[in-house]
Amino acid sequence: MNRLTFKLEKRLAPSPVMVFIIPLISVLLALLLGGIFLVLTGEEPLTIYLLMFEDSLGSKYGLTETMVKAIPLMLTSLGVSLAFKMKLWNIGAEGQFYMGAMAATWLPLTYPSLPVYFMLPGMIMLGMIAGGLWALLTAIPRAIWKVNEIITTLMLNYVAILWVDFLVYGPWRDPDGSNFPITASFSEAARLPGLGDSRIHTGLFFALALAVILAVVFKYSRWGYSINVIGSSERAARYAGMSIKRNILLVMFLSGAISGLAGMAEVSGIIGKLQHGISPGYGYTAIIIAWLSKLNPVAILIVSVLFGALQVGGYAVQVEGVPAAVATMLQGSILFFVLGGEILTNYRVKLFGQKGEELSK
Amino acid sequence: MSIQEFLIPLLAAAVIAGTPILYAALGELITERAGIINLGVEGIMLVGAVAGFMVAVTTGNPWFGVLASMLAGGAVALIHAFLTITLRANQVVSGLALTIFGTGFSGYLGKAYIGIPVEKPFTAMPLGPLADIPFIGPIFFQHDALVYISYLLVLLIWYYMYHTRPGLNLRALGENPAAMDALGLNVFYLRYIYVVAGGALGGIGGAYLSLAYAPSWLENMTAGRGWIAVALVIFALWNPWRALMGAYLFGGIDALGFRLQVLGIQMSPFFLKMLPYLFTVLILVFVVARQKGRLSEPGALGLPYDREER
Repeated sequence: MNRLTFKLEKRLAPSPVMVFIIPLISVLLALLLGGIFLVLTGEEPLTIYLLMFEDSLGSKYGLTETMVKAIPLMLTSLGVSLAFKMKLWNIGAEGQFYMGAMAATWLPLTYPSLPVYFMLPGMIMLGMIAGGLWALLTAIPRAIWKVNEIITTLMLNYVAILWVDFLVYGPWRDPDGSNFPITASFSEAARLPGLGDSRIHTGLFFALALAVILAVVFKYSRWGYSINVIGSSERAARYAGMSIKRNILLVMFLSGAISGLAGMAEVSGIIGKLQHGISPGYGYTAIIIAWLSKLNPVAILIVSVLFGALQVGGYAVQVEGVPAAVATMLQGSILFFVLGGEILTNYRVKLFGQKGEELSK
Repeated sequence: MSIQEFLIPLLAAAVIAGTPILYAALGELITERAGIINLGVEGIMLVGAVAGFMVAVTTGNPWFGVLASMLAGGAVALIHAFLTITLRANQVVSGLALTIFGTGFSGYLGKAYIGIPVEKPFTAMPLGPLADIPFIGPIFFQHDALVYISYLLVLLIWYYMYHTRPGLNLRALGENPAAMDALGLNVFYLRYIYVVAGGALGGIGGAYLSLAYAPSWLENMTAGRGWIAVALVIFALWNPWRALMGAYLFGGIDALGFRLQVLGIQMSPFFLKMLPYLFTVLILVFVVARQKGRLSEPGALGLPYDREER
């Protein structure tokens, strides 16, 4: 009889070493698990992973595409992380992204000849307001009656996608677009400039600037502090006289506005028009990125590049007949391992032998 | 067209469209009664749908498909159980991870099965004399076997929860796990059981879609039904009979879309498809607002149980 038992002892503060190491190990373990699964389904994991790596990070073209995917991921992840700070589960970044893209598209479609200094700021404003209002729709019932925002934000994703579909298949469809579900192409004034002649666009600077702003706000500002307090203990915040309802509305609006900006940047910087399926699920991947980054804005930027690569790699293997869903599967598995590993961040594991003596020391 | 000619097929279609949501909602209901929120229902349904479909196509027997969907749904739910019960991970995030994983996993597995027909899907089998009852018969008793099983399941879960000892314990498990622990019941073990059982039911919900409702496999074919099921549990105030009514209500909205045109109401198909989602939001707001935010949800819902912190 060799019966080992273990006990978990709560750490007073999260272990800083674990915070850093666990995401790394999680990615490796997820790749390992995915590899086993690939073997079981008759694929060669090494070849596939190598291909995913080469096509996403191993060439200039791949790196460009990775950055192109990383920009919307950075923005949506920053958006959801803001809400998550307050333990507001905004799962609606996908819908807010679509609404932002839609509202931004309205301007060049309606006033195609606006000069660039009206056009781009106008599109940015419209995109942010639309994304913010879309999130606000769920924040109001959350603030007043505590209606579960997870479900409402998620349901509105479907509505937003269908709404964009309605527009691009219907009233906004380009009459010269040979029946594709796309709008007319934007004028040059409505396009975010690229970096040099690459497809990477200036939306990247939105993400960088926002990350810095959020980092500073959370580190130094009084408001950032109160968001953290509300997030960790609503009761404490109420005793301290912080307005929870007002902050729910404000934070959800801002969170949605950032995802709306992501949508604007995508149609303006990359596509140059609105079309069906503008996001392969950026808003959902954002949830994983935000959690993996422990809601740290700078970490979000880095992790977004990694997930951008994963997305590009997923497309690359599709050409070889392996479903691109393998990338989504890996994303989910990474999150599993991160979550499982968090116990090591928050608890100390103590092993006990059969006589109850402590083995770990 | 008489009102009956419109209403009876509509209500019958509501039952069919509501059945996958009902299975999933019942699964989530017992999971939440045990004190665990599982937001992975959407992922569980997708994995159930693809597993059921693959096995039904391979074996030619839809019942093996249902069995496979239960095993698959249970297995995926087991991940959630391990993460949230043993490792005390955040239940919200773990559920979301499950949904993302399930979407990718089912998409990967199912790729080779897109466009393949099922040899023997579940088909309607009128239930003898019950099927001939006017009005009631065509609405409730001219469906496939899985619909009838869902009726029994509601009855069974209701009886179990409110009229048996283990059912009483289940309700207490989500209210006050520490008290259950003090009574000598193994909180961890019981929660595992209910989370896995809930996942198995979610799996059937998925298999109903791929083997009965629209016999085929399509990526993301659940289209948010798993999330609607989660909302439905709140709407049902954690009661199986209300879950049944709610599921048919949502099924009715789903079925109404196609039938509005018959009534001469012209509406873009995109708006028709929006109805169930909008309806979910509205009804959720309505129900919660009416309870003034004080829902009768299980008291310990979403909190990890830690013996040391009693």
